Amino acid sequence: MRAKALGALETTEMTEPSSETITARAIRIGALLSIHSAGSGHPGGSLSCADLLAFIAANELKWGEADATSPDRNRFVLSKGHACPALYAAAAQAGLIPRRQLLSLRKRGSPLQGHPNVLDLPWVETSTGSLGQGFSAAIGMAMGLRHRGSRARVYVMLGDGELQEGEVWEGAMCAAHYRLDNLCAVVDYNKMQSDDLNANIMGLEPLQAKWTAFGWNSVELDGHDPKAIAEAFDAARACRGRPSVLIAHTKKGRGVSYMEGMPLWHGSVRLSDEDLRTALADLGASETFVASYFSGTLWR
Amino acid sequence: MIAAMRESAPQLIGSSGDSLREAFGKALVELADRYPSFVVLDADIAGGTGVHHFRKARPDRFFQLGIAEQNMMALAGGFAATGAIPFVTTFAVFCLRALEQARLSVAYPKRNVKIVASHPGLDVGPDGASAQCLEDLAAFRALPNMAVVSPADPLEVAQATEAILLHDGPVYMRTGRSPARRVLDADYRFALCRGRVLREGRDVTLVACGVEVARALDAAALLSTRGISARVVNLSTLKPIDVDLLVDCARRTGCVVTAEDHSIIGGLGGAVAETLASYAPAPMELVGVRDVFGESGEPEELAQAYGLTGLHIAEAAERALSRKRRS
Repeated sequence: MRAKALGALETTEMTEPSSETITARAIRIGALLSIHSAGSGHPGGSLSCADLLAFIAANELKWGEADATSPDRNRFVLSKGHACPALYAAAAQAGLIPRRQLLSLRKRGSPLQGHPNVLDLPWVETSTGSLGQGFSAAIGMAMGLRHRGSRARVYVMLGDGELQEGEVWEGAMCAAHYRLDNLCAVVDYNKMQSDDLNANIMGLEPLQAKWTAFGWNSVELDGHDPKAIAEAFDAARACRGRPSVLIAHTKKGRGVSYMEGMPLWHGSVRLSDEDLRTALADLGASETFVASYFSGTLWR
Repeated sequence: MIAAMRESAPQLIGSSGDSLREAFGKALVELADRYPSFVVLDADIAGGTGVHHFRKARPDRFFQLGIAEQNMMALAGGFAATGAIPFVTTFAVFCLRALEQARLSVAYPKRNVKIVASHPGLDVGPDGASAQCLEDLAAFRALPNMAVVSPADPLEVAQATEAILLHDGPVYMRTGRSPARRVLDADYRFALCRGRVLREGRDVTLVACGVEVARALDAAALLSTRGISARVVNLSTLKPIDVDLLVDCARRTGCVVTAEDHSIIGGLGGAVAETLASYAPAPMELVGVRDVFGESGEPEELAQAYGLTGLHIAEAAERALSRKRRS
């Protein structure tokens, strides 16, 4: 995905709204532009989950298709709600919101709230931003769908630091108890949280053993490898009688040289113009594209 | 003068009927066929909340979530998003434990979830302070989009259960642990957002909710022997509050006493005070638990010790009246 030729971006990925153009690179660029425009936002965790989000949006959801509001649609909940710049960018790629709207992130009156709000954007499925809650809500959706006889599936993405919330393990017990095989959790395991490495804040390991012990079908994968991602989601879909968790090893700040592996870029930070220029160059955006953003003509 | 009546006051424990929680559990069974879209969530306390009746009658619509209230609350928000109407049932204190889940996953997205809490107030009795929730009305009233209801007797619980089911949006409703006196006539009709005048009076209004409604009626009877005419209002919906009725009470009687089995901070007294301060200021006295925790004991003993009886309400009415005369 990242190997795409320089300059191709603005003509394909960033222009045609169709599920075929939801790429991780477009999500990363959209997320960074929106965070720069907002003057705040969480870049690190938005970049780490971009490959996973691109796959989910393009393959597991019916975004952009006619049945996007069907009661039997597959659902996706971003439980790590602070990574919503990536979610919004994916939605813009799918045509759910105008691309130009990404630049209204966190601004008064914008539906692109600092954390996702379902009353503003129905396709975020539930309001998130307080860690652990989106996971429980997703479990409730999976139970509700089963109760009404629907075969729809529910996907929920959690951060690794989020797993320190006790509510997550209440939910993990519950989903296994009810054998919710229509539920698939994805852990964006970038090893870092707000202040420091998970290991220094509150260690999570052995993480896969924990999920397995809680009764889940757990799969470890490289969360930046499209082939590994596709295989993991196939394995989750094929699993019967248990919920699945995909423990995706990722890199915080993935794709931007100075952010990768730096906890500093977890938090809600201001991206300077120079920061953004470097990041966009790292991601292969053309000079024309960057110039159009700074001149205010992008997506006009 | 009324203080002197303490010694000779009749024991007004009254005929014990169903508890409010039992009435709630039975109402759910009654409503099940007519309203196929509701489900009941429980956190291993069905016998305590009354929903064991529903579990037995409709196991297909009963979901056991274990002792994990935070997950249950947020899960209810997601369950509601699929078109069902979940009743979240547990003790009131455990609703506080899941308050933030109720805030973000129920109230903020306006989910059609009904939170029904048993074991509120000193009415809990012997379990003591850990279980006696004195803060729930204040906490849930502060959540935007959340309606707050506290019915007075088994009849009203049954009617309110159907009314909150028909209301499209999040609701917090209190039931109660102990056997409750019947205070409402058979022709009583609950209406969400409306208070009801149970007894007319000229000199003072006694506004109560939950178990304190019966005690407010006791107080009105005591006051009448002193030549004081008290209007009694059952304000079973604390939010949205019945502004018109409260303004009418303040204007007609000139002073108001509130009574609740809850902290005097932020509950019924707070709600009435906020309303009257804006629309019809009048001398007020607040009967409730005065910013302390409870303790083990029988509910009536605790009501005596913490100042929640009819006598206490009557004494508060005298204080309010004397302030009205001075002003």
